[in-house]
Amino acid sequence: MKHIKTLNTATLKKSLRKGGCGECQTSCQSACKTSCTVANQSCENNNR
Amino acid sequence: MIHQFRCNNVNIVLDVYSGAVHVVDDVVYDLIQVFDKKEKEQIIEQFKQKYDEKDIIQALEEIQALKEEELLFTEDPYEAFLPDFEKRNPVVKALCLHVAHDCNLQCKYCFAGEGEYHGERSLMSFEVGKKAIDFLIAHSGSRRNLEVDFFGGEPLMNFDVVKQVIEYARSIEKEHEKNFRFTITTNGVLLDEEKQKYINENMYNVVLSLDGRKEVNDRVRYTVNKKGSYDIIVPKFQALAESRNQEQYYVRGTFTRYNLDFAKDVLHLADLGFKQVSIEPVVAPKEAEYALQKEDLPILFEQYEELAKALIKRKKEGQGFNFFHFMIDLSQGPCVAKRLAGCGSGSEYLAVTPEGDLYPCHQFVGIPEFLMGNVEEGITNSSKQKEFQHCNVYAKKDCRNCWAKFYCSGGCAANAYQFHGNILDTYEIGCELEKKRVECAIMIQAKLLEEGFSN
Repeated sequence: MKHIKTLNTATLKKSLRKGGCGECQTSCQSACKTSCTVANQSCENNNR
Repeated sequence: MIHQFRCNNVNIVLDVYSGAVHVVDDVVYDLIQVFDKKEKEQIIEQFKQKYDEKDIIQALEEIQALKEEELLFTEDPYEAFLPDFEKRNPVVKALCLHVAHDCNLQCKYCFAGEGEYHGERSLMSFEVGKKAIDFLIAHSGSRRNLEVDFFGGEPLMNFDVVKQVIEYARSIEKEHEKNFRFTITTNGVLLDEEKQKYINENMYNVVLSLDGRKEVNDRVRYTVNKKGSYDIIVPKFQALAESRNQEQYYVRGTFTRYNLDFAKDVLHLADLGFKQVSIEPVVAPKEAEYALQKEDLPILFEQYEELAKALIKRKKEGQGFNFFHFMIDLSQGPCVAKRLAGCGSGSEYLAVTPEGDLYPCHQFVGIPEFLMGNVEEGITNSSKQKEFQHCNVYAKKDCRNCWAKFYCSGGCAANAYQFHGNILDTYEIGCELEKKRVECAIMIQAKLLEEGFSN
């Protein structure tokens, strides 16, 4: 495309079917403790 | 839902429900604002003075193609999924163990008072810690990875119990098919070589509290004798970070109204050699002298942008570091279930006091109405548990129409309660700062990719 460059493959919708295993780190355990930040957590689901 | 913004000379378009992120030229940036509101001919008419007609038509075709691929103007596919989401069985997978309600620092802004959470100074016994581990295993269902953060107050004031709890958990994790991940959040005053060695051998992550420049840190983080903590802890933290190969730790600070120029503090920590840095806004009663106010937002936004630019520059020079709030994985981040549920406080994540009482998270400890049970009897306040279980981005009216809801996941329940007395509300200053951070985080990725650097 000439005008648009897409940065990612956008898997959010797909994760509706295969996500939710809950094995990932709880966000407040990683560093924050006062400010909820979820999007920077890593996914640990190998089957996604 | 579309969110578009310009940051550091990059035009970015975010398709909220697919999570797609696009870098676009000025033509598309303008057209996208009217694409779903006007007919093609009207759009051409509107912009033909500004852009070449051929470019307008081509841009419209590209937008349409991405719409058909569900990468632009994607409808919300998640709300229909909510009933199933809310029916999920609650499991507990993480505990914040308050091994010490006592502290050897008296930080001005501490939400725990002077570490005692406005109650009695106390230390957790091994018996309580052991019961907490048993409680976690018993309530974790089929989750394999279980997390325990040793917190306080200052957990190094009760380090023998920390060790005993870890030894106990390790002795039984295999038979229960669990994998414990221990973390510790410390102010560093009592760190020594022996403790460092133990931490490196046993802790998955370490959070080291330090606010930045010496004068900034020492103004708010001081000992009982009012002596600043910077000189005591910086060498210890540097040694610890190096001994962990600069991985699996965070130097974690707080900025307040005293240092609105906090980008300098982040860069100072990077200059001290730390590669994993998190500096976060203080959450304080509105009337506190050091509390952030709405009128501070413009300067704080500038600071985040300045920091983002500095981070890009340093990455290009091979001097990069991670800033916790700018870390974002656009392609394989958390699934939508996690993004809906947020931090999991009060359901997946609980805090345990030295006496064994359970609270939704460390920030609710000591507020009587949030007492959820104890490690012996388990969760006895099931209505409170249900309230937290129901807490998701669609349950919060302010979040429903917010473009950032899948990045912050509804924000911090404790902040919302503190400011509005309701966990389903939001803390406005926190929201505005979070949105700015997400924009900067996306801009960094775009800029680095554009210039051929991987993030």
